[in-house]
Amino acid sequence: MSVVTVQLGQCGNQIGYEVFDTMCRDLHNTQGFCSKRENEIYQASCKEHFFNEDKSEVPVARALLIDMEPKVISQTLLKAAHSGRWKYGQHSHFCQRQGSGNNWAYGYSVHGPKHEESIMNLIQREVEEYDSLSGFSIIMSMAGGTGSGLGAFLTQNLRDAYPNSFIMNQVIWPYGTGEVIVQNYNSVLTLSHLYRSSDALLVHENDVVHKICAKLMNIKQISFRDVNQVIAHQLGSVFQPTYSSEDSFQYRRNPLGIDWQVRPPLSGLPALEKVSPNKELRFNTSIANLLILRGKDVHSADTGGFKDPALYTSWLQPSDAFCEWRTHRAFNKYEKSAALVSNSQFLLKPLDTIVGKAWNMFASKAYVHQYTKFGIEEEDFLDSFTVLEQIVASYCNL
Amino acid sequence: MAQSVVVQVGQCGNQIGCCFWDLALREHASVNKKGIYDDALKNFFRNVDTRGTGISKGRICSLKARAVLIDMEEGVVNEILQGPLKDVFDSKQLITNVSGSGNNWAVGYKVFGSHYRDQIVEKLRQTAEHCDCLQCFFLIHSMGGGTGSGLGTFILNVLEDEFPEVYRFVTSVFPSGEDDVITSPYNSVLAMKELNEHADCVLPIENESLFDIVSKINQMINSGKPGTTVKQQSLVTLNEGGIKKKLDEKPFDKMNNIVANLLLNLTSSSRFEGSLNMDLNEISMNLVPFPQLHYLVSSLTPLYTLADVNIPPRRLDQMFSDAFSKDYQLIQADPKHSLYLACALLVRGNVQISDIRRNIERLKSSLHFVSWNQEGWKTSLCSVPPVGHSHSLLALANNTCVKPTFMELKNRFLRLYKKKACVFDITSFMERNLSVRSLLKFLSFLVCQAALWESLAHLHHYLQVDRMEDSCFTEAVSSLSSLIEKYNELDVTKGLPIHEQVRLNIVI
Repeated sequence: MSVVTVQLGQCGNQIGYEVFDTMCRDLHNTQGFCSKRENEIYQASCKEHFFNEDKSEVPVARALLIDMEPKVISQTLLKAAHSGRWKYGQHSHFCQRQGSGNNWAYGYSVHGPKHEESIMNLIQREVEEYDSLSGFSIIMSMAGGTGSGLGAFLTQNLRDAYPNSFIMNQVIWPYGTGEVIVQNYNSVLTLSHLYRSSDALLVHENDVVHKICAKLMNIKQISFRDVNQVIAHQLGSVFQPTYSSEDSFQYRRNPLGIDWQVRPPLSGLPALEKVSPNKELRFNTSIANLLILRGKDVHSADTGGFKDPALYTSWLQPSDAFCEWRTHRAFNKYEKSAALVSNSQFLLKPLDTIVGKAWNMFASKAYVHQYTKFGIEEEDFLDSFTVLEQIVASYCNL
Repeated sequence: MAQSVVVQVGQCGNQIGCCFWDLALREHASVNKKGIYDDALKNFFRNVDTRGTGISKGRICSLKARAVLIDMEEGVVNEILQGPLKDVFDSKQLITNVSGSGNNWAVGYKVFGSHYRDQIVEKLRQTAEHCDCLQCFFLIHSMGGGTGSGLGTFILNVLEDEFPEVYRFVTSVFPSGEDDVITSPYNSVLAMKELNEHADCVLPIENESLFDIVSKINQMINSGKPGTTVKQQSLVTLNEGGIKKKLDEKPFDKMNNIVANLLLNLTSSSRFEGSLNMDLNEISMNLVPFPQLHYLVSSLTPLYTLADVNIPPRRLDQMFSDAFSKDYQLIQADPKHSLYLACALLVRGNVQISDIRRNIERLKSSLHFVSWNQEGWKTSLCSVPPVGHSHSLLALANNTCVKPTFMELKNRFLRLYKKKACVFDITSFMERNLSVRSLLKFLSFLVCQAALWESLAHLHHYLQVDRMEDSCFTEAVSSLSSLIEKYNELDVTKGLPIHEQVRLNIVI
């Protein structure tokens, strides 16, 4: 089952490169802390999901590189080719001459429709190569113009063209203080649109990853490369092959199948009262958690703590909400490693902050003319704000 | 990759333009060792063979600047065409005349404008046709004279009419208070109305600031303190061959090079690669919150690097601090004590995101940002530093500190313009008894009138021009007033407590 990765914009392409590089390194690791046979199955599974094999035997990433200006894609293609370990397909990219100018409206309303046919054709050609499609993994930032605007447009299109496929967006949350001045507008517009078409949004916050680099890894002068490598490591640890919990002799078929569908209790949701997001949260309440364990002694690990009902919302049983995947084969030379994917109130505060700042700016109408110029009107902003306030309220009331 | 075209108008515009092309070639030469015509070069240069046909890839044959040179006098343009840059331009890119505009905006705009319109459009079209994706026009001119100011702003209108999708970035040199052109306030205010209405972004420059920066550098070079030997190549005031040319270096060259460096740094992130690119369209998007407020104050640091390798390089953080100091601004302004609407940091060279974040955190508390843009920072990281430096910073600020410059301009305009009303009071004196006191009053009045007649004469030169009327003046000053008023409204909010807007109420 193949995963088609779509790398969008500067961020998407820079991170996409690191993800494939990490997975390829991991793939070729002999230090798997498991049997040779086990390693071979792992490698085959990884290749099946993420790489094609061509005549030269250098794995070709199953990825499409899309950007509205050429510099980053050229760089990315070169880097991959120079590594010697893997590369991108020769015709797997689409690029234009002029970027989206950090303008969501430009990415969504101008670049989107203009290049819809070419991009969808590119994707279709890629999809047709595979016997079965796991789904799409779209890597994009929220703050800029291409990743965010074109990303939202493309996700919608993919949903329409492949209604039964799993679509997951890797969304990069910008630094709180200025990478882009209109980042809050772009984020609000992106998230509200993605919510309608995407199956899952896997979020990485630059501020959080930055702290990891500073405090946990002790890097003195942190570059975007460092940040991107941490994100790639996290994504790799989730997407690399894992055994399914039911069938421990076969690698889980769909790495994107984080399929804990949240089913509301049969008796219906309890009455919700209005809760302020600023109220002290004693516990981060989850709807669902996925724990992925890799490496030595993985089967004897005690994960009872994750099944504590206090972690979950009152209308869900831990048995419905908690899922774990355990795999012998170690990841990226770490003897033991664990990854947690969580659908919880973790993102409530950041989301609320972004909505608040965007709203403040919108009240003064600053920068709005840059969006109306390209067809995104004030009503569109209001719709987006409404969607997000509803999401904030829903998470608040878990 | 998109391309940009430079339109240099008038004496000042062409002199700065010439420095710009000189420095651009130097920058690309230092980066492009293999002599391949790459995407970065393509931005500002065409590659042509011996017959003048464009070559899109491969080795560099002959580089031609994407530029249009316009002047109503021949002196400056002729000098460029005879100087070291003569092969970078060709005659098809020029429009010149001999008579000059007589420091009269109306002559530049109305007379030469209409006379040369077709030629101008044709030259612009030719230059545009050589681009496969034209993104931006850079207009360089001065505000105080006649050609740069009048014809320059006329061309701005043409650019908007003929190429509405292409960005218009204007570098405008504003006259100083001691400008020897008496009518410079008229020219500047008339030109400002055009900038208000037709430019996407304006980078105002004041000669006084450039002069102060040059003095500062000279002081440093001549200080003779140990460890202060400056790396010649790194001077922000230097151009190619400047080391040898010291004797015949023109007086404004050093100052013009600063502006040339500004333009190079502004476009570096769209020409060269980096971990966080910033294209020209992002400048307008992030720094212009309301269409009329598109005036950006710029500062460049460092001004030089020290040659002595034993002295540790000036701390990176010092570079950030300097960018916000009033001594480094290219207009007479103090952004620290005014209100920021938005700020962009364009960093080049060996600097990482953590360095930028650390400095933003550090400097934030000493700066005032408007309530709806408390985190109004835009950053970009370009890997390629300028020649002679390991890193550099260009800060662009949309800040209310431009207001004093505009108010001063308005005041100088009104001092000249309002006087004409007094002239008609002369009859009231004629009927009075001529006592000694009133005689003295009358005499001083006559002296005043002499000055007034002089300024009236200036006005006359404007009104003489076809289609030039009093209303042009009143509309221009009114446009300037309303701009100043917008900045006033923002300034009033400075320091006020910030109220969070009430959020949407959602029914759950």
